Amino acid sequence: MSALPYLAAGWMLLVGVHGLVTSRNAVHAVGCLTVVQSGTYVLLLAVGYRRGGTAPYFTDIPAGTPVVDPVAQALTLTDVVVGAALTALLLALVLQTAKRHGTTDPDALTGLRG
Amino acid sequence: MSRAARVRLFWAAALLFAAGYVVACLELPPLGGPFHPYGERAVAAALGRRTANTVSSVNFDLRGFDTLGEEFVLFTAALGAVLLLRRTRDEHVSAPRPGRVLPTVRLAGTVLLPVVLVTGVYVVAHGQLTPGGGFQGGVVLATGLHLAYLAADYRVLRRVRPRAVLEVAEAVAAGAFALLGLIGLVRAGSFLENVLPLGTFGALASGGQVPVLNAAVGLEVASALVVVLAGFIDQALEIES
Amino acid sequence: MTGAVATGAVPNPAEVFAAVAVVLAAAVATVAARTRDPVRQAVVLSALGLVLSVLFLLVQAPDVALSQLAVGAAITPLLILLTVRAIRRRAAQETEAPDSGKNPEGGRGSGGGG
Repeated sequence: MSALPYLAAGWMLLVGVHGLVTSRNAVHAVGCLTVVQSGTYVLLLAVGYRRGGTAPYFTDIPAGTPVVDPVAQALTLTDVVVGAALTALLLALVLQTAKRHGTTDPDALTGLRG
Repeated sequence: MSRAARVRLFWAAALLFAAGYVVACLELPPLGGPFHPYGERAVAAALGRRTANTVSSVNFDLRGFDTLGEEFVLFTAALGAVLLLRRTRDEHVSAPRPGRVLPTVRLAGTVLLPVVLVTGVYVVAHGQLTPGGGFQGGVVLATGLHLAYLAADYRVLRRVRPRAVLEVAEAVAAGAFALLGLIGLVRAGSFLENVLPLGTFGALASGGQVPVLNAAVGLEVASALVVVLAGFIDQALEIES
Repeated sequence: MTGAVATGAVPNPAEVFAAVAVVLAAAVATVAARTRDPVRQAVVLSALGLVLSVLFLLVQAPDVALSQLAVGAAITPLLILLTVRAIRRRAAQETEAPDSGKNPEGGRGSGGGG
């Protein structure tokens, strides 16, 4: 099962982008974007995984114990936080668009309006 | 672009991507292998800095500059969301009706609120030792505060959530991170270089600046989240056109 | 890449659970992207957040699991639900009093669907 997590990450990306492309509701599109992001978490943690390694905290394990890659985990942590910030900003934009144009269908938004 | 054309373009791109991605996956080093050059160096560096939580060490010490960028992504996104959600001139506020709360929910919320807040502070404070830190603890603090809404109603939540204070706190916390970096630049010659004593390995005061930066991030994340959620809740409950 | 080609002699139980969690996460992600109604999608996204945080625990990443639990299972669905509620409330107001809003065609599509 060595390639399984990588393939699952790619699948989550494609499924999310498909939802994004065919979306008729901007709120749903933002939800699909979080699915795409979930794929990146799985990919990053799969790259950092180490068979037989423990979590990288040396509070009660001796130095030299094999641990999983803390750099990949730190990157994933950043990814999760930035993802949450992005979701909040995009949903605020969707809400503002719905107020101004009375619709959340991305295809109904043609042309610019104040 | 028409909808059908967009979907066709997606399928063409998806097939190309899938083919390339599968080939790339099969060429990757096998999953779970022992070859992690960056990880090993990061672990050695973290132990040298007396930080037991190596993930925190990577985020707040070894890659502290990147986390500064991440902090400002968070700050800017929160600022943008608050600006987009503010009340415009043609909108007015209607006070939401106080809802009825089941006595059991009220009791559970009242008991849990202080427990969750203490847990949040604990998670922030132990970021250099155990899983957790400013980001996770900040989210716990912000969500814990909203137990006031579940246990009582919106007016109580508004009283325990001084929005103006939190907006200032968010900016101050984001600035504190940059300021600590500048202190490192002045005192030790490079941005975010540690100037604090490293402390005893495994103790609460260890890891040099890691706990201090964690506290700044915890304050920033908690206040940013409360302010953004306040904007959304106002839009969902109070503001009318 | 189909079968379980474990390199070690005995498959590690945590790795078997992790493989199950990866497959489950990909399945829930597929459901999430295909759920068109944002309210239902929020519930599925919350489940996806839970599955992912269990997966991250199994691959020895408790730090990421903690953030994913807070962000994926709680904050993101909550923001989606609040956005939908705000959009629906506004649409309901505009159909009640069509001349009060400044959008002449106001209330063309509500947030929800479903």
